[in-house]
Amino acid sequence: MVTNNFEYFAPESFDEAAQLLAKYRDTAKILAGGQSLLPIMKLRLAAPEVLIDLSHVPELSEISSNGDGLTIGSMATYYELSQSAVVQKAAPAIAEAAGQVADVQVRNRGTIGGSLSHSDPAGDMPAVFLALNGAAVARTRRGTREIASDRFFVDLLTTALRPTEIMTQIKIPVATGKTGSAYSKFENKASHYAIAGVAAQVTLGSDGTVTAARVAVTGVSSKSTRAKRTERILIGKEPTASVIRRASDRAAAELQDDLTEDIHASGEYRSYLATVIAERAITAAVERAR
Amino acid sequence: MTLVGESVKRIEDPRLITGKGTYVADVTLPGMLYMTVVRSPHGHANIKNIDVSAATSYPGVVAAFTGADIAEQLGSLPVGWVLDEDMKQPPHPPLAVDKVRIVGDAVAVVVAETNAASVEAAELVDVDYEVLPAVTDAVKAQASDAPQLHEEAPGNLAFTWEIEGGSWDEAVKNADVVVKEKIVNQRLIPNAIETRGVVADYNPGTDQITMWTSTQIPHLIRLLFTLVTGHPESKVRIIAPEVGGAFGSKLFLYAEEVIAGIVAKQIGKPVKWIETRQENYLATAHGRDHIAFAEMAGNKDGEILGINVVVNANMGAYLSTFAPLVPTILFGIMLAGVYKMPNVKCKVLGVFTNTTPTDAYRGAGRPEATFLLERMVDRFAQEIGRDPVVVRRKNMINAFRNGYEVPTGVMYDTGNFKGALNKALENFDYQGFRKEQREARRNGKLLGVGWSTYIEITGMAPSAVAASLGAGAGLWESSTVRVHPTGSVSVYAGTAPSGQGHETSFAQMVSSELGVPMENIEVHHGDTDKQQFGTGTFGSRSLAVGGAALHMSLAKVVAKAKTIAAHQMGVPEKQVEYSNGTFIVEDIPERSLAFGDVALEAYLAKDLPPGMEPGLEATSFFDPDNFTWPFGAHVAIVEIDPDTGDVQLKRYLAVDDVGNVMNPMIVDGMIHGGVVQGIGQALWENAVYDDDGQLLSGSMLDYALPNAKNLPFFETDRTVTPTKVNPLGAKGAGEAGTIAACPAIVNACVDALKHLGVTHIDMPVTSEKVWRILDEKGKAHPRRK
Repeated sequence: MVTNNFEYFAPESFDEAAQLLAKYRDTAKILAGGQSLLPIMKLRLAAPEVLIDLSHVPELSEISSNGDGLTIGSMATYYELSQSAVVQKAAPAIAEAAGQVADVQVRNRGTIGGSLSHSDPAGDMPAVFLALNGAAVARTRRGTREIASDRFFVDLLTTALRPTEIMTQIKIPVATGKTGSAYSKFENKASHYAIAGVAAQVTLGSDGTVTAARVAVTGVSSKSTRAKRTERILIGKEPTASVIRRASDRAAAELQDDLTEDIHASGEYRSYLATVIAERAITAAVERAR
Repeated sequence: MTLVGESVKRIEDPRLITGKGTYVADVTLPGMLYMTVVRSPHGHANIKNIDVSAATSYPGVVAAFTGADIAEQLGSLPVGWVLDEDMKQPPHPPLAVDKVRIVGDAVAVVVAETNAASVEAAELVDVDYEVLPAVTDAVKAQASDAPQLHEEAPGNLAFTWEIEGGSWDEAVKNADVVVKEKIVNQRLIPNAIETRGVVADYNPGTDQITMWTSTQIPHLIRLLFTLVTGHPESKVRIIAPEVGGAFGSKLFLYAEEVIAGIVAKQIGKPVKWIETRQENYLATAHGRDHIAFAEMAGNKDGEILGINVVVNANMGAYLSTFAPLVPTILFGIMLAGVYKMPNVKCKVLGVFTNTTPTDAYRGAGRPEATFLLERMVDRFAQEIGRDPVVVRRKNMINAFRNGYEVPTGVMYDTGNFKGALNKALENFDYQGFRKEQREARRNGKLLGVGWSTYIEITGMAPSAVAASLGAGAGLWESSTVRVHPTGSVSVYAGTAPSGQGHETSFAQMVSSELGVPMENIEVHHGDTDKQQFGTGTFGSRSLAVGGAALHMSLAKVVAKAKTIAAHQMGVPEKQVEYSNGTFIVEDIPERSLAFGDVALEAYLAKDLPPGMEPGLEATSFFDPDNFTWPFGAHVAIVEIDPDTGDVQLKRYLAVDDVGNVMNPMIVDGMIHGGVVQGIGQALWENAVYDDDGQLLSGSMLDYALPNAKNLPFFETDRTVTPTKVNPLGAKGAGEAGTIAACPAIVNACVDALKHLGVTHIDMPVTSEKVWRILDEKGKAHPRRK
């Protein structure tokens, strides 16, 4: 288990990191915890010539909230997210999902920015990011842009980040009114990745009907994906058990042509599990909204 | 004061948990080189050409070898257990010469000044393969058009082994019912936390090869290394330093041990090879992999008349060191279990496939037998509509203290099977649970209870019996007790632990017998230049055989010391009593000599009894006249999530009878660990190959080991039925948990679904399997698809 040779940089500021990335571009990889990258390098499935380690850039780990919402530094670890009072209050689904990632060792090292940028098809964070309508702040030396979660995940292990961009922050808009979020997963007993994971955010109006709903599914197909049919069934209705059931039944409806199949679960079973897990996540989100 | 039976804390633990243990990976020698093995990426292929030139010109590379370069010196890996003269033993070259038969077969090695250079250069070895069709399934491999692995083994058949006690035909004739089931015991990967590793050093001045290797059998490795390479046994030293887990997988001579030794000799420098986890999954022996067809005959009143089994045992591409023993003797003779089973028939087909060789893995044969038997007892009980505990009790052999012969020809030593069952029923409110289960079912919840009343075979072994069954080595055990002049003691044990706590258990024995404090006792093992020949640690034998050998040496030392003490005190020996490390003249307690003082006299030798040799040490070899046969009753309670099919283990109760117990804490630990491995097999673990021979479960991302978070608190208890096979009254405890757990768990899963007409579920009982059953029965959560 020896990686190919690579050059290692540990910049201490964003500017320094961005300069390095601008210099090395495609031959470089950002090291943001390394819980996926280092194993695949050791397996020699990836061989970047340069690693730019962001763990020495202090401002990238900051977590804060204000009237606009929650801002999470891309280098915040799963452990920090699962323990953060700010996160637990503003976006409990993030804390809930972060606490379920892999094991203690991984949670101590792995970061939310690393997870989102990697876009593992069974990652927990991408689903939560989608459900909470987050945005990724992508910076280069020259400027900054925000990428909405809906445009962020492009394909298997592929995101909308450009080669010279570094994700510095994740922004989660403040939830208005009676809003609740939750993450539920059925995990692979070996890797603890999601066989099916569902994140849900539900907002209730004063009459108790659903005014907004975002539901995202991970583990079931090549990337985390919104379950828009599920959302549409929920919106405008009182979220009774039968409505939630009916909505959850469509959780994998849009994924039927792209179901993951492997030794752990057939596509059919993943698709089925998505509906069960969606029901659990939506039910919990609704309870939190009330 | 005696420490026997006390939960003394393990004296090896402080060094191990503070990182002060020395494992093979910690061994560093001056001028040491690093070896990387180039392995086949194909399940079956002819080697057309190997070009190592790019590798040898890589900076830092010292040499590269292919099978063709050093085939002569490497020889062929031997099989240590020959069932009969018809058994096929095709050549097993440590480095493949013209053909590879497994993904992971070694085809070349690269030796370099750094590990990194050897890894980089190994990637530059260019092997030209002609890929051949592969077969990985033991039944498919027997088809007439199946790819053939070895010319010497037509039809891929390594051996056929049969046993019949009583008459199966008679059982069927007299039976009301014959139940049948196909039972698969899936392939497992042992997963010791420390992978294998070798450091080999050659001294050209003395022609001595010294090899550190992570093994359970240092002396047998030395013997086998000599047999394979011809290097004299007296010039080979094998050292097993700390061994971080083994579970049977380090009980065999491996290719890398032979290669590293020969390469070190060839180059004249020390060579280190540490197995990666990926290599471990491919190149370290796997366990189990049976496809069995079982029948059980019985009467409607619950009487079991017999069992008939045909097993297709997947041996992998080659026969590993002890492989032929595992699916045959260790399986077939166990099929009567704890029952008055008059008729037992068993046929085993050992089959070559393009998979990693299988061999002993914790339990070795007995888990396969126990799973099949205990499943079939439940299956039979279900068929005749009777309670599985009632059926078990009805057929159970009554308590015995002087042997019980079963139709498979073996003699159980002592047993009280109903006693263990009764204890389990005291600890677990069975009737209460059945009530709870009915209520739960009404509320849509699926609860199940599973029983496993097992017996197993430990304390390998009476050498003559083993030899008659095919063993290529004696299976006795040895010890030396060396008392130093100041009264401290060194013990040299022939056993070789991989985490079992021998140092503690053996020191407890010494301390109790000689009255020497624990801290003045050193237990040495795992070095062929230090210890007399020993067989090693496997088959739950170390206390039952090795401990007995230690007991003998202690008795010899005490006897000699007593003679000296009597002489020193000027009284006839018969007047001297020995207790708690002190020799006392009968009825005159003030006339006494401490053991340590006598030890000093033995070495000063200024006044020893006439004709007595100076010194105080003894060596003993113990060869038991039978195996020991631990038994017990395990109970598992599961809840199945009807929405997902997920199995949650709610409770696990174990009652084990391992005879007399030296250290209850250590025995409990072994039961806990064993049960976890059994649960792992029952619910999660599965080594999966595709048809081309690629291992799909090739890492821990895909091979599901048990996690603490998915396990309940274990409720362990004991009954004590000492054996008479050894002077300690102790039976083996290392494998019992693994053997008992699988059927308890799967019986519980089937019990939870029994009302739907489910009769069997193959391991691992994954959520998808359960969901498919629920779906088929129309009981899955109704969902639009």
